[in-house]
Amino acid sequence: MNQQKITRRDFINYILGGGLLAFLLSAVYPIFRYINPPEGAETAVSDVVAAKVGDMPPNSGKIFKFGDKPGLLINTSSGKLLAFDAVCTHLNCTVQFDPQSNFIWCPCHNGHFDLNGNVISGPPPRPLEKYALNIRGDDIVVSKS
Amino acid sequence: MYKKKIAVFIIVFILFFAVESGAETIDNCIICHKSQEGLLKEPADNIEHDVHFKRGLSCFDCHGGDQTKEDLIEAMDPAKGFIGKPKRNDIPHFCARCHADPAYMRRFNPNIQTDQFAKYNESQHGKLNAQGDQKVAVCISCHDVHGVRQKDDPLSPVFITNIPKRCASCHADKEYMKDYFLPTDQMEQYEQSVHGEALLKKGDRGAPACNSCHGSHDAALPRAISVGNVCAQCHSLTRDLFAKSPHKAAHDNLGIPECEACHGNHKIMRTSDDMLGTAGDGLCVKCHKVDSKGYSVAGSMRSAIETLKTGIKESQDVVANAENMGMDVSDAKFDLDNAKSSLIKSRTYVHSFSKDKVGEITKEGIGISDKAKEKGRKAVSEFNFRRKGFAVAIVIILFLACALYLKIRRMEKS
Amino acid sequence: MQNLPKKLYDWFDERYQITGFKDFFAKKTVPVHKHFVWYYFGGITLFFFCVQVVTGILLLFYYKPSAAEAFESVKFIMNKVEFGWLIRSVHSWSANLMIFSAFVHLFSNFFLKSYRRPRELTWITGAFLFFIALGLGFTGYLLPWNELSFFATKVGTQIAGSVPFVGHYLRTILRGGEEISDATLTRFFAFHVMILPLVAAAFLGIHLLMVQLQGMSEPLSVVKNPNKRPMKFFPNFLLRDLFVWLLLFAGLLTLSVMFPWELGKKADAFAPTPAGIKPEWYFLWMFETLKIIPSKILSFDGEVLGILGFGVAGMALVIIPFIDIWSRKEKRNPLFSIIGIFAIIFILFMTCMSYFGPQK
Repeated sequence: MNQQKITRRDFINYILGGGLLAFLLSAVYPIFRYINPPEGAETAVSDVVAAKVGDMPPNSGKIFKFGDKPGLLINTSSGKLLAFDAVCTHLNCTVQFDPQSNFIWCPCHNGHFDLNGNVISGPPPRPLEKYALNIRGDDIVVSKS
Repeated sequence: MYKKKIAVFIIVFILFFAVESGAETIDNCIICHKSQEGLLKEPADNIEHDVHFKRGLSCFDCHGGDQTKEDLIEAMDPAKGFIGKPKRNDIPHFCARCHADPAYMRRFNPNIQTDQFAKYNESQHGKLNAQGDQKVAVCISCHDVHGVRQKDDPLSPVFITNIPKRCASCHADKEYMKDYFLPTDQMEQYEQSVHGEALLKKGDRGAPACNSCHGSHDAALPRAISVGNVCAQCHSLTRDLFAKSPHKAAHDNLGIPECEACHGNHKIMRTSDDMLGTAGDGLCVKCHKVDSKGYSVAGSMRSAIETLKTGIKESQDVVANAENMGMDVSDAKFDLDNAKSSLIKSRTYVHSFSKDKVGEITKEGIGISDKAKEKGRKAVSEFNFRRKGFAVAIVIILFLACALYLKIRRMEKS
Repeated sequence: MQNLPKKLYDWFDERYQITGFKDFFAKKTVPVHKHFVWYYFGGITLFFFCVQVVTGILLLFYYKPSAAEAFESVKFIMNKVEFGWLIRSVHSWSANLMIFSAFVHLFSNFFLKSYRRPRELTWITGAFLFFIALGLGFTGYLLPWNELSFFATKVGTQIAGSVPFVGHYLRTILRGGEEISDATLTRFFAFHVMILPLVAAAFLGIHLLMVQLQGMSEPLSVVKNPNKRPMKFFPNFLLRDLFVWLLLFAGLLTLSVMFPWELGKKADAFAPTPAGIKPEWYFLWMFETLKIIPSKILSFDGEVLGILGFGVAGMALVIIPFIDIWSRKEKRNPLFSIIGIFAIIFILFMTCMSYFGPQK
């Protein structure tokens, strides 16, 4: 049997086939990566996983990211979960939960808010916005109410 | 027949007038004064928006007299209790006849304070007034007269944003104050201060006016020992740190007012890091000598904060660069906000005067800022990855296009 | 496997007699002449349409069609989904390129008089496909729910409301209410993703079938003097088609990567209309014309006359094969070429005016 010489014609067919294969792979690769859902597969602005159930001991608070701004997640001593916009309505400092007094406190000018978000004392002019909470499996999901 | 009708008519006519005159108490004070001119007319004009008038009180309730009489002499009869215009020094007592009487004031507002007169008597204004001083403030100097508005009425001279101007109407007047040994630049200083800007320019009613620190009816200079407590009404955390620091004992012993020593009183400006430390405008060297412990702590705190600031600036530059390239950096920016919070916190904790505490906070801040920088770098490398991937894809496509072109040519040759 | 292609072919032929089809297609030719290049534009439009379908389906995996979530979902695609930025940018660029090539395909066929007998229906289905493409562009533009698209849609549906008699009804149907709202987004989504693609597929199927059955039209000048030997459609013209598509794909990628499509700000229904709101470039000429028309022409409302004018022009476009009776007899009437040139100049001029003229 003769050794088949690779003719010019076959050569072109080979590089055409190779090029086609490379092209198809480079087109299909992004598509496969695309349809694989990214982590935190929610449109993470309206709906945010603030923490996992069990992350929060009773009578504690935690700051989490909600869109561009900080949010405050509170687990009260009776085990109730609450979530607020953590931007103080006075001069935009980040508020925190004070477990000793059971209030929300702003360290900048001593503003105090109760657990409904209402201003108790100090310079803040408006209450804190309250967020809606839902438990989904293991996740504590916070969204705008 | 007619006589009866006329009789009925006359009786009704008389009754009408009798009823008419009894139906409302004619306030002749106001009627007469309204027909006057200038200073005599003013009270009648202003009384309409006076809080006393709105609650059903009128001229005679304070000044006495008989408002039913049209005749001047009969209306302003001292036998009917007419007092007229009280002497200036008697004005506080004049108002206190009601305002210091809790049983009386209950009728109008069960919650209103009734200790103003007592406080006034303890104040500088009150003490000078008792000595017969004719220039010192009395009730009407601040609250106006005849057109008194409540303090939560924005048109009231004692509405919080109006208070500085009202106090300054005497205290900033050099000519007026020349007999008293007080400065007259407080208002000018206050207007430039951070509190003045907040209250007067931004309308932030959480900011202090004169009475917030000096008291209103009991106005007096706060003594040095109480300055810290006054500031602590809002700046409680900072003051707590100060109180636990070695500075508290030192200030008490030396009789130096706490916050005022570094921050001033009326001209409290936005703080800057330059106030901290031993170089340039650093305030610490006012007391701490070179090579003292305080001197070295001041230097350490300043350099810790500067390190954090530099770190944040570097991260900001990296993140801004990534953002300009069109990449998403919202996570990194959130981290940067947290890093900036650490910076603010470290400046607050300067008042603990502990270099360890400040160092701990700046270290945490640097950690967060580094995270942001890393995210910014990742965004930039993602951008470069996209460009590289694009180049590779173009090369493949053009390679395939060439191969196709050659194929077509070859096909059509044969 | 020895000769797998043949084995597969035989399997299908045995069952479905595909040899007849195969021979038919093998014989299909494309005439070769100096206007040959225009033959590519149908395929180019089809290529971009296919890109739109693929990228559109991919976008559907993550897009959320509600006013509360649309913008955020597009932001999510751009920032968090792997290659999401690429898919979205390609989809936006390819839409514009498709409409541009549709314009070229329409005008080239107009001037070459491909609509003349026996290809009247090919032209008519094509005209409808053109309108569908514009509709896809208009409905798709709103879906990211950003500032530009919100107000451009507001202006566009407002114009629809100016049609006499049915205008208000038409506008309400388009908007799903009196104002642009969440309801508008839902029905625009329905149009963009289901209704218009299905209708387009149907018309496209007919359009392509007819082209295959009847072959390519030859311009009148060539019919009179046929010169070169026609080219075989399969594989020669097809490979050339693929070559062109490959180069265009490279161009599309370049645009998508180097000039990525912006997202802008989320739409705020209560914000005032930003200055200089314009529809997309392919509607600009109509928009500018309506702006320029005097408000009253002989006691009729100028804008209404303008809209009616466009309506009449659109209908005329569809039935051109029956208006140009000279073409039926294979005769040339320069009138139509002049009308065509005038239309192109008008469209170009109005588009330029919109960009460079006084901005009101």
